[in-house]
Amino acid sequence: MAKITYIEHSGTEHVIDVKNGLTVMEGAVKNNVPGIDADCGGACACATCHVYVDDAWESKTGTKSAMEESMLDFAENVEPNSRLSCQIKVSDELEGLVVRMPESQH
Amino acid sequence: MSSVDAHVVVLGAGHAGGTLVALLRQYGFTGPITMVGDEPVAPYQRPPLSKAWLKGEADEDSLALKPLEFYAENQIDFRPNIAAVALKRAEKTVTLSDGSTVSYDILVIATGMRPNKLPLPGAELSGVLSLRSAADAEELKGHLKPGHHIAIIGGGYIGLEVAASARALGADATVFERESRILARSACEVLSTFFADYHRARGVTFELGAQIERLLGEGGKVTAVKMTDGRVIAADAVLVGVGGKPNDEIAADAGLETARGVVVDLEARSSDPSIFAIGDCSHRPLPHYDRMFGPESVPSALEQAKQVAAAITGRPAPSPEVPWNWSDQYDLKLQIAGLPFDADKILVRGDPASGKFAIFHLKGDQVQSVEAVNAPPEYMMGRQLIGNRKPVNLDRLADPSVSMKEVAA
Repeated sequence: MAKITYIEHSGTEHVIDVKNGLTVMEGAVKNNVPGIDADCGGACACATCHVYVDDAWESKTGTKSAMEESMLDFAENVEPNSRLSCQIKVSDELEGLVVRMPESQH
Repeated sequence: MSSVDAHVVVLGAGHAGGTLVALLRQYGFTGPITMVGDEPVAPYQRPPLSKAWLKGEADEDSLALKPLEFYAENQIDFRPNIAAVALKRAEKTVTLSDGSTVSYDILVIATGMRPNKLPLPGAELSGVLSLRSAADAEELKGHLKPGHHIAIIGGGYIGLEVAASARALGADATVFERESRILARSACEVLSTFFADYHRARGVTFELGAQIERLLGEGGKVTAVKMTDGRVIAADAVLVGVGGKPNDEIAADAGLETARGVVVDLEARSSDPSIFAIGDCSHRPLPHYDRMFGPESVPSALEQAKQVAAAITGRPAPSPEVPWNWSDQYDLKLQIAGLPFDADKILVRGDPASGKFAIFHLKGDQVQSVEAVNAPPEYMMGRQLIGNRKPVNLDRLADPSVSMKEVAA
């Protein structure tokens, strides 16, 4: 279990306890947190679960696969700390993780 | 129209209906919501049923759009195991399969599709399966094991995804396709050939131009596929994946305009202003192509759920999305953006033999659609080019040494 803070583009914060093994995307979607669309349900096919990971967490959230890297390269409003949240698995390590959402996923 | 206190009734608890009710609450709608669905479980994702579910990598919890308690916690009256039987528009009521009646102010039809049955003798035998629900997938899963042979009738995406899953699980698979190539209805020849070769190299057998006479059985259970040329091909189970039909009868019977699905506008509103229709049961406008279509895809259902949630809560309508879809088979990720309507030219970028390429369907110098295999840049940039109608230089597009960013610049 990890406590994850999801911050909408508007600044609204949602603090959610997410079970280990779920992805950061699933933690948001299953709790109806707005701002992460995840159209493909986690297949790394759509880039609509884009988040910005706070710098302090960069190493703990793991490295990007070639597919994720490539999808993000062409997504909009990408920053160096951009990730697809369906590709980040939750573990105790991520207790306190903070992710921010872009203005739009489409 | 903003209707904060209206009673919203959603018929169907699939990906479309489930997404809509969650969005309504997300958008601040506080009125009563009732959602009825004919399955025993809360809304879930169907795409993994042909892949992760069969391989034991997904279960009901992981596929659920929201945990079951979400609905009660959010004052959504979710009623499983209930189908809608009749719609009375004059009274604004719907008769349900448990004999009760529900009144609505706003009705959303999200009843999905049902798989076509095989119109051949033997189709009623046990072991003849279709794949639409989690229950279907669970039954199919039991047949996919080493030493078993599954006959797959229909070489569309569902059939091919199941064939790939069968091979991953050590089962043998034969795909029977009536047309001379697989994916005949949905993809161009280059892609058909690529996928057929890829499956063959992994042990899948194809019967193309297949004429099936009937299915044979023993003791009520299917045992073989009998071809019109006399061949009998033994099978432990038969999966029928030959398309589906929108569940639009309740709408048609009530006098709503239908055309292979409930006809809706860009707000997903039907010919009755109090009634919307979303997902596979709808026939919708595609503004990028200036025509009506039934995309039969999850992304289209989600887009329409957003349209309805916006219309009901008085939010501005979301801007139209480029239609898209995907398919996972083995280590291949196929991503499709757009639809090849009115295309006059096909351009292949990259070498299919490398397992990484994209097929662009063009109308003049405009991209109408792209089918990208393990090629996210082509997919992502193709999707943008379809959306913004920017003309492209075809020579540069055809040259993989020119990056997609440069092509689109």
